[in-house]
Amino acid sequence: MISRIPGREAIQKKGFLQAQKWLLLRRISQLGILGLFLLGPFAGIWIVRGSFSASTTLGFLPLTDPLIVLQSIVAGHTVAVKALIGALIVFVFYAMIGGRVYCSWACPVNLLTDAAAWLNRRLDLKRSFNMSRFIRYWLLGMILVLASATGTIVWEWLNPVTIFQRGLLFGMGLGWFLVAAVLIVDTFVTRRGWCGHLCPVGAFYSLLGFASILRVKAAKREQCTDCMDCFTVCPEPQVIRPALKGDENSSPMIFSNNCINCGRCIDICPHDVFRFSKRF
Amino acid sequence: MDIEKKNSDGKQQKGPDRRQFLTETIPAAAGALVLAAGLGLYHRTARALPAYAIRPPGALPEGRFLGACLRCGQCVRACPYQILHLAELGDDIPTGTPFFIPRKGYCRMCEDMPCIKACPSGSLSKSLPTIYEARMGLAVLVDHENCLNYLGLRCDVCYRACPLIDEAITLDMQVNRRSGVHTLFIPIVHSKKCTGCGRCEHSCVLDNAAIKVLPIEQARGELGKHYRLGWEEKEKAGGSLIPEQLKLPVRRPEVQP
Repeated sequence: MISRIPGREAIQKKGFLQAQKWLLLRRISQLGILGLFLLGPFAGIWIVRGSFSASTTLGFLPLTDPLIVLQSIVAGHTVAVKALIGALIVFVFYAMIGGRVYCSWACPVNLLTDAAAWLNRRLDLKRSFNMSRFIRYWLLGMILVLASATGTIVWEWLNPVTIFQRGLLFGMGLGWFLVAAVLIVDTFVTRRGWCGHLCPVGAFYSLLGFASILRVKAAKREQCTDCMDCFTVCPEPQVIRPALKGDENSSPMIFSNNCINCGRCIDICPHDVFRFSKRF
Repeated sequence: MDIEKKNSDGKQQKGPDRRQFLTETIPAAAGALVLAAGLGLYHRTARALPAYAIRPPGALPEGRFLGACLRCGQCVRACPYQILHLAELGDDIPTGTPFFIPRKGYCRMCEDMPCIKACPSGSLSKSLPTIYEARMGLAVLVDHENCLNYLGLRCDVCYRACPLIDEAITLDMQVNRRSGVHTLFIPIVHSKKCTGCGRCEHSCVLDNAAIKVLPIEQARGELGKHYRLGWEEKEKAGGSLIPEQLKLPVRRPEVQP
């Protein structure tokens, strides 16, 4: 059985809303973005046209996933200006605010994998298959090499992220099986298996946010009581230790580009150790 | 742990770098490689479009299209007649790429080409001057046995439905050998004009269309690269390349005395 449910103490000390603040904001953001996409096909209100991989907002603002554009360039295509501008906007935005902010604040796959991680915790399935968190970078390299070798964006045949995003808007087909596979892996095989170990899209955005400004800081780390709640809920728990448990000379800033800036540690900490901060 | 102990007994201290390499890097690389091989194989088997699916107007040749299309579906949304679809996982068309099935919904050949305008990547090429230069596919009268016109009836529906009537489809008059006194009006498709819009296939009155729009590479044959057509060469050279009248030996049965 679970000895300690993370967040209980925070709720008792800070109140329900304060202990869920960033989570709620994040869900509003994720569902809001998804809702804007869904309004077109389901309500006929066309604020956004397209999919997460490339879209046009209000008829003029192009937004393009820089990773798929990069694959297209590597495959030898001369990408049209509209897609390049869209990719540049997205690139600059996430390079500033934190690459993996895309994962936690925009990508709808996170809604699923967060649910799977919650289930994994509740079922107390601790002894999970140990995967390297570096696989995603190998996969990222592989999809670029494959695009270059074949001259086509091969990864899009199987990319669960875009298949889920596009499927919600245009029809999923057998994509549900892929989504189910991701959920099963995350719940029963490896906690945070997809988003935290395998996803090359997240890997790309982590590289993109290498020097991003927005960071989480363990500002009051001396108040830490080692309750481990933050480690339990964090999708990338390895990023916390250097900031929270470093010696006096080390920075309390979480510098790792794999921190997804979800702010769940800020919510969950009963002693308000963490807060959002600037890199400089 | 055992490995560590043995190593610390030995001359050289093997640190966590080595263990990390063995337990993390190699499996990670191997996993990526397996997936790469799988995707590569999949790519080899699923490179050509199936015969029933046609790309939107202005689409680059299939090989290049698959490297250019961002799978965003903005062309699908732009089509006023909603004939375009994005392939789903499990279709025999690469996931996320746009297509239409002429038998279900044909291209109306909008003069302003909204699907091409909506495409952000250039995979539907804006260099297409007018919709009439589009070559989405090519109509082929595949069934010469069930086509009503071939049977000597005056169906003509594909011919009359064609937006380029008398240009992309013409009727060729031939003798109806069955009756001996009637004429067959055979629909002939001209690749110089046919845009592949699919209206003929869509309108064919048979249960299964006798005329079908196929992806160009499936519809057309191709001459050997070394083939030269005598009459074209003659025109280019401004005269025959060989002496006009060849004297051929006359072979007649010898008259018996």
